Amino acid sequence: MENLKNENQVVNLTKEDFVSDQIVKWCPGCGDHAILKAVEDVFPKLGKKKEDIVVVSGIGCSSRFPYYMNTYGFHSIHGRAAAIATGIKIANPKLSVWMVTGDGDCTAIGGNHFIHAVRRNIDINLLLFNNRIYGLTKGQFSPCTFRGTVTKTSPQGTYEDPFNVGELVIGARGNFFARAVDNNTTELTGICFEAYKHDGLSVVEILQNCMIFANGVHDNITGKDVRDDMQVKCEHGKPLIFGKNRDKGIVLRGNRLEVVKIGENGITEADILVHDKTEKSTGIHMMLAHMMPPEFPVAIGVIRDVVAPTYNDCLDEIIDRETSKSNIHTVDDLLNSGSTWDIE
Amino acid sequence: MTNKTKVVELEQVVVRFAGDSGDGMQLTGNLFSDSTAFAGNDFATFPDYPAEIRPPQGTVSGVSGFQIHFGHKPVHTTGDLCDVLVSMNPASIKANMRWLKPGTTIIIDADSITDKALEKAGYQSDPTTDGSLSQYKVIKAPISSLTKEALKDFGMDNKAMLKSKNMFALGIVMYLFNRDITRVYPYFENKFKGKDQLIEANKTVLAAGYSWADTLEVFANTYRIEPAKLEKGKYRDITGNVATAWGLMAASQRSGRQLFIGSYPITPATDILVELTKYKNLKVKAFQAEDEIAGITSSIGASFAGCMAVTTTSGPGLSLKSEALGLAVMTELPLVIIDVQRGGPSTGLPTKAEQSDLMQALYGRNGDAPLIVIAAKSSVDCFYTAYEAAKLAMEHMTPVIMLSDGSLGNGSEIFRIPAVADLPAIVPPIAKANDPDYKPYRRDEEKLCREWAIPGTEGLRHRIGGLEKENIKGNVSHDPQNHELMTRLREEKVKRVANYIDDQEILGDPNADLLVVSWGGTYGVILSVVEKMIEEGKSVAHAHFRHICPLPKNTEQVLSGHKKIVVCEMNRGQFANYLRMNYPQFPYHQYNKVQGLPFLTAELEKEFNDLLK
Repeated sequence: MENLKNENQVVNLTKEDFVSDQIVKWCPGCGDHAILKAVEDVFPKLGKKKEDIVVVSGIGCSSRFPYYMNTYGFHSIHGRAAAIATGIKIANPKLSVWMVTGDGDCTAIGGNHFIHAVRRNIDINLLLFNNRIYGLTKGQFSPCTFRGTVTKTSPQGTYEDPFNVGELVIGARGNFFARAVDNNTTELTGICFEAYKHDGLSVVEILQNCMIFANGVHDNITGKDVRDDMQVKCEHGKPLIFGKNRDKGIVLRGNRLEVVKIGENGITEADILVHDKTEKSTGIHMMLAHMMPPEFPVAIGVIRDVVAPTYNDCLDEIIDRETSKSNIHTVDDLLNSGSTWDIE
Repeated sequence: MTNKTKVVELEQVVVRFAGDSGDGMQLTGNLFSDSTAFAGNDFATFPDYPAEIRPPQGTVSGVSGFQIHFGHKPVHTTGDLCDVLVSMNPASIKANMRWLKPGTTIIIDADSITDKALEKAGYQSDPTTDGSLSQYKVIKAPISSLTKEALKDFGMDNKAMLKSKNMFALGIVMYLFNRDITRVYPYFENKFKGKDQLIEANKTVLAAGYSWADTLEVFANTYRIEPAKLEKGKYRDITGNVATAWGLMAASQRSGRQLFIGSYPITPATDILVELTKYKNLKVKAFQAEDEIAGITSSIGASFAGCMAVTTTSGPGLSLKSEALGLAVMTELPLVIIDVQRGGPSTGLPTKAEQSDLMQALYGRNGDAPLIVIAAKSSVDCFYTAYEAAKLAMEHMTPVIMLSDGSLGNGSEIFRIPAVADLPAIVPPIAKANDPDYKPYRRDEEKLCREWAIPGTEGLRHRIGGLEKENIKGNVSHDPQNHELMTRLREEKVKRVANYIDDQEILGDPNADLLVVSWGGTYGVILSVVEKMIEEGKSVAHAHFRHICPLPKNTEQVLSGHKKIVVCEMNRGQFANYLRMNYPQFPYHQYNKVQGLPFLTAELEKEFNDLLK
C-alpha cells in the first residue's frame, strides 16, 4: 500500500497549488476556514499529484469543501459521501480519497454508510466537522448535540443523548480514530497527515465552531484559558499528561480511567497511562474517546491507529489470484464455457 | 434403454413440474431443460415459486412450479396451459388447476395422497378418485415408495432417500419424451463430487423412474419433438438475470472500462449481483452495499472514477435510489440501473412479474430529470438490452434504466452465443489529458453529452455535484437563465438519443386494422398470438417497443394508419398513458393484467378478435 502512495511522486507542490479559484463562502469566523487552511497545508505533503487526489462530500456547510480544493472533487447528496467515496476508491485504489462531512451529514442521514465504510476499512481519509448543529438548514439539533440544548427544533431543549463519534467509529470496528480542534492548525495538519498515512479508513473528528448557530459549543475545550486543562494530547508511547503545569494525568484504575494530580497521593509520572494507539483491543481507546468535561479532559490526537487489511487490498488480491488461476480470460471464453451445444 | 411403446411426433409441448418448496422442482425442471437442449428443441422456461423459502409443507401456498415450453418451431413463450403436470403432492394439483386443459397428463406421486395431505391441500376428498380430474389423464405413480425401494441397499435414512424422489419423477418424464437419461449424469458427478454414494443414488433413482414407466407401460405412447430448425451456431441455456450480467460484462470488455456493480440483494434481481460476484477472474469489481442507496451512490462514485458502473434492483429499491438517480442526471455520469420488476406497490409480490415500474423509471425523481429507459423483451434479449444500456449510458453520458422483470430474469431460453467482437463498438467520450480547453460541461455538438474526465488524468481537475452548474464551465450557478438552459440541455441530450437507436419495427401490415402495442417481457406471448392471427388472414400488426425514452423517431408513423390500437401491458395502463401524452392524436385501447402471471395466448386472441369485430 505504501508503494501505491509513493508512486507518481511530485515535488515542489505548495499550498497555493491546491487553492481553487472559487470564492470561499463560509461565514466569516467559521471554524471551516481554519480546517481548509490545514488541509491546504497537508496536501502538498502527500507527495501526490493534484490529479490523484479526490475530495468527496455530502451536503452541509462543510460539504462545500471540494469546491475550494484544486483537485478532483465531488459535492454529492446528503449523507451519501461515504458510499460515493467507497465507489471511487474501489474503482481506482491509486487515488487518495478524502471525504469531508459534518455531524449531521455523517451520523444522521449518512449514518449507515458511515459505519459500513468504517467496518469495511476502505482506505478513505474522513474528516468529520463536528459543530454539534445543523448549520446549512439554520440551526436544528444533530445527533451530536448535547442533551438539553435549545435549538430551532428543540425549543425546550433536546431530550435525546448524542453520539460520541469516537465511540461510534471504534464500535463499528474502526482502526483509526483521531480528534482535533479547529483552532490549532498545526496540530490539525499533523493529525490529517497521520490519517493519510494510515492504510484503511481513518476518521478525524474536528471539533469545529459554528459562529451562527452553536457559537462557543466547544469553548469549554478549546478556549485559550481552559484548553491546557481540558485537552489531553494522545501521543503514541507517551504518558497521558496534561494541564497548564503538566501536572495532571490519566490513570487506569480498575476498569475505568481517572484523572490524577502528579505529586499528590504519591502519584508519579510513572503511574500515568502510556498511550498505545496500536493496541488492537478497543477498551482503552473507547474509554479515551468517551472522556468528556467536566470530569475529564477531551482526548485530542490519534487515539487509535491499528494495522488491518483494507478492503481494496483484499479485493485486489482476490482479483489477481482468480485472474491468474482461471482459464477464462475474456467474456467470449465465459460465453463458450460450461454446457453448450452446436447446431449445424 | 429402448421404448416399447409407440412414439408420437409433436410440434410443441408444455410440461410443468410442481411440488412443495424444497421438493427440488426448480432443479428437476432445469435438468429437464438441459436434456431438451441436447434434444435440439427450442424452449423457454418459467419458474413459478413462492416468496418464502420453506412455506408450510403440503399447502397450496407452498407449491413451487417450473414450466418448460419446448418445440420443433421457434418458441416465443413459456407456454399457457400444460400438456403434462408432474405433481409431487395433492396441493400441487390444486395450485395448478388453472394451468390444465382437457387431456392434460397428470403424473402424481401416489404415495403422497394421504388424508393429511388432502386436508392440508384443502381437498374434501381424493381428487384422483372422486371424478374431479376426469377430464385429465391421471397417472398415479408410487414415486416415494419406489424411490425408497430403489435405494434400499444404500444404507441411507428415510429422509435422505426421499430427497431423491424428484429424480424418479424426472426419470418418468424423460421416458415420456424419449430422452437420454445419461445426459443428466454429469450433473450428479459435478454436484456431488467426492460423494460417490450420492452420485450413484441419484443415478439409480433416475433410472428407476425411467424403467418404471417403461416396464409398466403406463403411457399409451411416448413423444418425440423433432429438433428445431435453429440458426447454425453454438448454443447454451441462459436465464434473463445471467444474460443481463453477461451482457454487462461484454459491454465492459468492448468499451475497455472496468465493470463495477454496487448492489443490494432484492428479489428478483439478486441473481445478477450473485452472478457478477463470480467473475473476479474477469476483473469485475462487485460491491455488496449496505443498502439500495449505497448501491447506486457507490456506482456513481465508481462511474466518476472511470468504471462502467451498474446497480441492480427491483421496484422498492428503485424507489430508494430516486434521489441518487437525480444526482447521476445532474452530474451527467454514465450509469446503468437495472430494474427487474415485480408486483407492487411496496413489497407487493416479490416473486411475481409485473410491468408497473414504468412511470417510476420515467419520472420518479425530483426536478425535470430525464434519462434513458429501455426494456428487454425476452430472457436472451436481456443480454443485448444490458449491452445497449451500457453503450448508451457511456456514449451519451447519462443514466440508463433497463427494465426487466421477474419472469424474464428467472426464465430461461436457448441462447445462440455471439462473439463479443461482433457486438456494436462502444466508444465513451473520454476527455484527453492536459486538454487546455477542457471544461466540465463542454458538450459534444451532436449528442450534447459532456466528456468523461477521469480522476487521475492530468490537467482535467474539476468539481461536480448535485448543485446546478454553469453551462460549459461547470461552476456552481444559481442563475435563473442558466438553470433553464441546463434543464433544456439535459432534456435535449436524452431526446437526441433517438438519432442513435433503431427505428421502431412493425410486424405485419403497417396499415393493419388493429395494431397491437407492447413493451418488455410480454413480447413472446403477444408475438405468438399476432403471428397466428396473421396466418389466419386477420388484419393485425405488432409493434413491440424496446426503446421507451426516447421513443424511436418513427413512432408516430408506426402508430398511424390503423383503425384501432391496443396497448397490452402488465400494469394499469402506464405505457398507454405515456403514448397518450406523446401522441394524443391516436385513440388507444388497453389490455391490462396485474395478477403477477404472464398473459395467456387464449385471452389475448379473444381480446384482439373482439377488437377486430
